[in-house]
Amino acid sequence: MILWAHRLFDQRLLTAITSITHQTMTTDTHSRIANLVQQNKILVFMKGSKLMPQCGFSNNVVQILNTLGVPYETVDVLSDPEIRQGVKEYSNWPTIPQVYINGEFVGGSDILIELYQNGELQQMVEVALAS
Amino acid sequence: MIKPDQVEAMIKSELPDAQIQVQDLTGGGDHYQVTVVSSLFEGKGRVQQHQMVYKAVQQAMSTEAIHALALKTYTPTTWATATSQ
Repeated sequence: MILWAHRLFDQRLLTAITSITHQTMTTDTHSRIANLVQQNKILVFMKGSKLMPQCGFSNNVVQILNTLGVPYETVDVLSDPEIRQGVKEYSNWPTIPQVYINGEFVGGSDILIELYQNGELQQMVEVALAS
Repeated sequence: MIKPDQVEAMIKSELPDAQIQVQDLTGGGDHYQVTVVSSLFEGKGRVQQHQMVYKAVQQAMSTEAIHALALKTYTPTTWATATSQ
């Protein structure tokens, strides 16, 4: 019962936040995201941090990149509601995590897993880091 | 909470020829794994293919009725390759 009430509240709050931020995907947020994406060869928008991912899907991406042993940056969307909503619009992608390599949107957790398994990710990362 | 056949219907509305497999991962009707095979994916990248599916379930995802959607997309050709291995 408590859990249910908590979930309901969570959902209402989220809807409220979403509707507020939806109207205010400002040019400022847009350019912040664009800068982040341009300035980092490998960038992950995720829930939580590298050391403490707060979501299984974000954790998948972190584990894959750690396995590759490549340098990458992360942005914790939980600590920044504007980025959290803004990046969904920016990428036209409804979920977090989101991975950018060389300024290009690569996908979320499912695509990262697929690219890792078929070896494409290793290539993309090598190309990005060499450029 | 969304039922698996509702998820399928939403995707069909966007991709009429799609073969769809829907799996409710938790039994709670909000964490789904979906495999979609459609000829409309032909010539499109993975990101675009997923965007097409997301578009079909956009409403349910933005209200968090569907909280998580693990997605696998195939064209009939890539599906044939994937399942023959």
